[in-house]
Amino acid sequence: MKATAMTSENQSRHSQSDLPYVLILKPPPSFLLFGDHFLDSSKFQYLKAYESPLPLPQFLQEHAQSVQAIFSSGLAPVTAETIRLLPRLGLVVTTSQGLNHIDLTECRRRGIAVAGAGTILSADCADSAVGFLIDVLRKISAANRYVKQGLWSSQGAYPLGYKLGGKRVGIVGLGSIGTEVAKRLDAFGCSISYNSRSKKPLVPYTFYPNVVELAANCDALIICCALTDETHHLINKEVLSALGKDGVIINIARGPIVDEKELVRCLVKGEIRGAGLDVFEHEPDVPVELFALDNVVMSPHCAVLTTESFEDLGKLMVGNIEAFFSNEPLLTPVSLDG
Amino acid sequence: MESIGVLMACPMNPYLEQELDKRFTLHRFWKVPEKSTFLSTHSNSIRAVVGNAFAGADAQLIEALPKLEIVASFSVGLDKIDLAKCKEKGIRVTNTPDVLTEDVADLAIGLILAVLRNLCECDRYVRSGKWKKGSYMLTTKFTGKRVGIIGLGRIGMAIAKRAEAFSCPISYHSRTEKPETKYKYYPSVVELAANCDILVIACSLTEETRHIVNRKVIDALGAEGVLINIGRGPHVDEPELVSALVERRIGGAGLDVFEHEPEVPEELFGLDNVVLLPHVGSGTVETRKDMADLVLGNLEAHFLKKPLLTPVI
Repeated sequence: MKATAMTSENQSRHSQSDLPYVLILKPPPSFLLFGDHFLDSSKFQYLKAYESPLPLPQFLQEHAQSVQAIFSSGLAPVTAETIRLLPRLGLVVTTSQGLNHIDLTECRRRGIAVAGAGTILSADCADSAVGFLIDVLRKISAANRYVKQGLWSSQGAYPLGYKLGGKRVGIVGLGSIGTEVAKRLDAFGCSISYNSRSKKPLVPYTFYPNVVELAANCDALIICCALTDETHHLINKEVLSALGKDGVIINIARGPIVDEKELVRCLVKGEIRGAGLDVFEHEPDVPVELFALDNVVMSPHCAVLTTESFEDLGKLMVGNIEAFFSNEPLLTPVSLDG
Repeated sequence: MESIGVLMACPMNPYLEQELDKRFTLHRFWKVPEKSTFLSTHSNSIRAVVGNAFAGADAQLIEALPKLEIVASFSVGLDKIDLAKCKEKGIRVTNTPDVLTEDVADLAIGLILAVLRNLCECDRYVRSGKWKKGSYMLTTKFTGKRVGIIGLGRIGMAIAKRAEAFSCPISYHSRTEKPETKYKYYPSVVELAANCDILVIACSLTEETRHIVNRKVIDALGAEGVLINIGRGPHVDEPELVSALVERRIGGAGLDVFEHEPEVPEELFGLDNVVLLPHVGSGTVETRKDMADLVLGNLEAHFLKKPLLTPVI
């Protein structure tokens, strides 16, 4: 080993090696967009599995004694296998709103704490949902295409859209995101109803005990619930049929909550009025039948991807990890009960 | 009332045309090949003009129709009607306020979200079939942004109410301050533009408000600012706006109206931070029917010598 003088650089590198390790499995979007040092902290350092040529299980075995926390952006699943290879693991933090990529059962079993995005992303999700709804009803994306192709001057007025005010909005899942959606659409004069696992006693909105009844009694169905075993294909043929040909569906939650094949069929046949979709069953594959439809507005799973949210989320994640290593309460712990 | 001649300035609504046909003798001005001949032939029978945002009743038309009693506009905006001339000649004028307030306000918010959250570009990206795992569209948050409104009338207030639900601080410029609202007043549009993230034009078009958004205002709005126009095209110095957008001196724009509709500056077609709509502020099935009924109701009231429903003059 080459002898080196103890410069301040060496000194900081020396103390750097005392910092606890946080494992990252795949490069998070924020690194790609803002650089590798976006989430740096003076209190811990990152161990980047994706920079190693070793296959993951081997990499984990090699670093099993160093890893106390995992930072997940939602791109790589945190499986039971991964967790079992890390005996010192005490914390999993995720910047994803959804938690279906983490084996919560295994975390509960091992007493591993989980910290999530809390409600920091709810506003952006809700803004997307409202943006989609207005776009679909008022044909904003379609009319923008029309104008930009020069068709307004050559072909005349664009077909009329549909009024949002007074429409009945049905929210599937009245959690943090659903509540923000309701608050916004209330200001547009919509009447709000919802279905959730349980009725919420203090909210002024109408509760429906199942999604079919909700769909039958609304003009726009907005999916705001988590993806679980119970909600897989929750929006099925029966629900879409109940929603009917004047109904619109907006999905900013998870693709598999909707029976996509059935949704595509309904849209192609005109059995529902339109859809706004940020998520799909097999991203990034999107059913090509949708590309020809003017009453569908789509986005590539980016309902939360605003610059501001990245910054807020970054600070939150670093804050959670720092709290963990300081033995302080987590900022946004996820309850693993039930 | 079938002998009463009604002149419709341009095509605007099939249901309205149908109903006018039933109740009056409807003349479709856009189908007339020789307009001055037509006017001299029918000058004694035309007692009403129905106009809209594109065509109304200017001084020339009013002078050519000595029996004109009422101009009923299928719009809330009155900029296509020579109001002074109507007043001078005792001609009644009606418009369609209130019924379209919500739609226009909804569209303003829709445009804000479309521009800030890149909805149209995201949709285009997915439709291109190019979405690959690991590619991201980074957009700008709307919640909490400062919204500045030019004109705090019915539509301006409706926009403010909606933006408040997104936790946006609201400020405005109006001819007079409105202390009963809790919004922050700025005595000039330049100051308003300098202190907001999103500037929305919601005032009526008059001599005073023509080019109210000019180079100075655009500069004050700045490279992070977004302009939304759901008012009238001439509110904005359009060539100045176009160069500001092309040169990226402002952050983006959502425009429903233009100086010379249906002509839209082609330089804007390729800009992904600009959303362009073909004047659809009140363009919903529900509202256009309500507007048509209001026009019909006003005409009926006038000719039955009853009080007008929504008189301006």
